Amino acid sequence: MNYNNKAWLLLIPALVVMATTAFIPLITVINYSLHYIFSGAIPEFVGFSNYVEVLRDPKFLGTLGRQLVFSFAILAVEIPLGIMIALSLPSKGVGVGISLVLLGIPLLIPYNVVGIVWRLFSSSNIGFIPEVLSWIDYSYNVSLHAMDATITLFILDVWHWTPLVVLLSYAGYQAIPDVYFRAAEIDGSSTWKTFRYVILPHLRPVLLIAFLLRFMDSFKIYAEPLLLTGGGPGDTTTYMSLFVARKAESYELGYAGAVSIIYLLIVMIGSWLFFQVINTLGKGKGEK
Amino acid sequence: MAIIELRNICHAYNGIQKNEKDTIYAVKDINQIYPDGSAVALLGPSGCGKTTLLEIISGLLVPTKGQIFFDGKDVTSLNAKQRHIAQVFQFPVVYDSMNVYGNLAFPLRNDGVDSDKIRERVYEVAKYLEITDLLKYSVTKLTAADKQKVSLGRGIVRPDTAAVLLDEPLTVIDPKAQWGLRRKLKQVQKELNITMIYVTHDQHEALTFAEHVTVMDVGKIEQTGSPKELHENPESTFVGYFIGSPGMNFIDVKVNPGGKLDFSGTSILIAGKIADKLLETGKYFTLGIRPEYIILYKTETESCISGKVKIVEDNGTYQIITTQIGALDIKSRAPESMEITYGDIVWLHLNQDKIKFFKEGKKFPLQPINQKSSNMEEY
Repeated sequence: MNYNNKAWLLLIPALVVMATTAFIPLITVINYSLHYIFSGAIPEFVGFSNYVEVLRDPKFLGTLGRQLVFSFAILAVEIPLGIMIALSLPSKGVGVGISLVLLGIPLLIPYNVVGIVWRLFSSSNIGFIPEVLSWIDYSYNVSLHAMDATITLFILDVWHWTPLVVLLSYAGYQAIPDVYFRAAEIDGSSTWKTFRYVILPHLRPVLLIAFLLRFMDSFKIYAEPLLLTGGGPGDTTTYMSLFVARKAESYELGYAGAVSIIYLLIVMIGSWLFFQVINTLGKGKGEK
Repeated sequence: MAIIELRNICHAYNGIQKNEKDTIYAVKDINQIYPDGSAVALLGPSGCGKTTLLEIISGLLVPTKGQIFFDGKDVTSLNAKQRHIAQVFQFPVVYDSMNVYGNLAFPLRNDGVDSDKIRERVYEVAKYLEITDLLKYSVTKLTAADKQKVSLGRGIVRPDTAAVLLDEPLTVIDPKAQWGLRRKLKQVQKELNITMIYVTHDQHEALTFAEHVTVMDVGKIEQTGSPKELHENPESTFVGYFIGSPGMNFIDVKVNPGGKLDFSGTSILIAGKIADKLLETGKYFTLGIRPEYIILYKTETESCISGKVKIVEDNGTYQIITTQIGALDIKSRAPESMEITYGDIVWLHLNQDKIKFFKEGKKFPLQPINQKSSNMEEY
């Protein structure tokens, strides 16, 4: 082995980590997805028939639709809300520290704890949500009403993750040099135009990260619905992760494998689309 | 376009304290009038208050004391927009999400000008700045120099712009492009007859751009004058030293009746008439002379002072020679062709007509003060 080839040895630690965390599981799952597996029996190679079965399964399509609606609703609310909160935070003084710590708290709580806390909030016996809603004669029950469960999960996610968008936007906003605002003022720019032409373009990189993180994370939501509603009532709050897990738990490994791969492709394509759209949106536009 | 007048401007960032001594003025007692359509430079070292003064002119800062007038109208409490001031910043400020056309049209669109007129005006301004072929480009693709042109263009696109303020606009421009941009600035200023106020700490930029240069030192104006006046007739030792490369030589001298000046163990002779005039107020003065007006000889020459060469700096077009005379260092220029090395004994001749005298840092008036040249306040 000559001097130069020794350099390849340095890649081994990274390759080992990547292999154990990504490549091997991924290949295993692809392998599963191409077989019909039944507990105890020898797996039988079936080609893409698992994929065909998945794509024809109304339960899968229902879950995917639910997931898309959920994720887009999350993005549609958390991103604008996050920006709005970030812009209204104080820019200096003691208020900064206090606001940032308060906003950081939801981010520091583990997912399962968040799920349990909200389960208590929404519990029909002792929760404060049903109690408060009963004052306006609304009978709230997450294990009976699909709408209640969905909206509660949605609000939970907004509460949990909007602060991430706020922190990213706040950092981006603070990094905009003061001269841009001065120039905009001199140019007679309105508040909206300053937002549109000064703030938003400067937030583009951080918003791209916020979009991607929130899209991927919301697509993977698992612990919260599991703890809050168990995916119910019925399967009305069963999102993709929960759907895959349920299939794997019932030993339909081939089917679950195929769902996982489709799921992965959707997340990757979605992320790529967001990246492209945000990266080119409004860049260098302007009419002749 | 407007005549800009600053009247008794004082600014203290921490406000006026009860005890006058505790007040820290960033600028104090500034009185200036800049004529309509003039090219003005505010020149001074970092921290001298020139940016504060610029912000006061632009309307970003309200001075703690004093007033600002544009064409005789008090604008002290108006903001930049209301004053019709445009500003070009140190770093090019452009709107990335618009193309060059959109950038230039932005101020007019905000004013609600109709699109045909905008189009006409944008093309007109683009022609002046020689960026017509860039109009369709995204600003993100431009060089720093072109971005700075767009930024200037946004400033002058409004026909009623009172003045354009430039805050060290060439700092981030690469040296080769600086020259072209500076020429363009000057040309636009002249052709459109716009009042431009250019802030810089670079005397070369100031002197080549402006017809009126205001030299500032910590919080106050030292002198306003044409580049030539600043060079030939500095009002203070600060201006003498700050302007010129290298700056003026200063020598503390003792004046004797008859015209003999003693310093550093040697002496020179000046006209008796001048000595008499000086002696009316005292014996001790600071003599100032620019390196350009000292002739250096390698052989013993009459009415010269001699010393040993301490430093030879060659800048390619001429040499700067530092000669040590006693405890004193005197800088002078010598042509490239002259062969001088460290340790040579040389003879220096000081051009009598170019010698200036200063007392406590201020110019000592030997001739009656030339009204026109000494002060812009007389406009």
